[in-house]
Amino acid sequence: MRKIISIILLAVLIIGIVYCVREMPFGEAQSRVRGYYVSNGVRQTGATNIVTSVVVNYRGFDTLGEVTVLFLAAIGLSAVLYREEKKQRKAGRKSSLILYTGCRFLFPLILLFGTYIFVHGHLTPGGGFQGGAIIASGFLLTMLGCWKWGGINKVAFKITESFAGLVFVVVGLLGLLYSGYFLMNYLPKGLPNELFSSGIIPVIYVAIGFKVGSELTGVLDNLIEEP
Amino acid sequence: MILEIILVSVMLVAAISAGFFKNLLNAVIAAGFVSFIAAILFYLLHAPDVAMAEASIGAALTVAIFIIAIRKTKRHEDDEENN
Repeated sequence: MRKIISIILLAVLIIGIVYCVREMPFGEAQSRVRGYYVSNGVRQTGATNIVTSVVVNYRGFDTLGEVTVLFLAAIGLSAVLYREEKKQRKAGRKSSLILYTGCRFLFPLILLFGTYIFVHGHLTPGGGFQGGAIIASGFLLTMLGCWKWGGINKVAFKITESFAGLVFVVVGLLGLLYSGYFLMNYLPKGLPNELFSSGIIPVIYVAIGFKVGSELTGVLDNLIEEP
Repeated sequence: MILEIILVSVMLVAAISAGFFKNLLNAVIAAGFVSFIAAILFYLLHAPDVAMAEASIGAALTVAIFIIAIRKTKRHEDDEENN
């Protein structure tokens, strides 16, 4: 009986998908808004990276929702893994000299690279999410390779995360105050291809970079703790 | 074009073998390999933003999180051979 029901449900699903996909033209432009972004994006937002101008400016509200989803995931994970009495982290095996030295040598370079990615998010490919993930992978390297390093300062990471989220919302609300729209680009746009250009986009992307980096590092730190 | 065909076929092999590996560590590494080739393909398709996100999150952080999770679980099929 159960098999028959599942086969019927699957058949309905397949018919629905085929019905939707059949009408879809393949390989043709589906929406006209794409051309609008390409031809007007740099002039309207000042960001030479069109992807960033869409993510932070045209669709900034969606990005706020995305950041909120990530925040809720991190909160949920720490709620599941929370323990009343924190055991002291074991010293662990000492990693070899090559690993230890290489890890200490690479960690600041990875941090610098992640920071570069999110600071130049409006000029070159990349942005807050990518830079934050790179920074989190740098912290992961220290968690795996540097045995002396006794975990992150959780309070500092929480404060960074909350402050970055606040910066995003406050910048958006200031847009509401100055221009009448949430996340309106009210700062001067400047010249394209300059570091200090395109208004609120770099501010928001730096905030997203800090937020994503501290959040993913917190997730990794929660997971990697000894049970 | 030939490069894309090679990459996609390797990606398919890795994705299918990820489902068939008995050892979870091998499966996770195969899944990370799929993400890595996806990142290369995104770059070849002129989407460097997505390629960076895929390479850093899909190929590095997800694999690390899965390996940490596997380290905390126990194996129940010890009598079977490792594949």
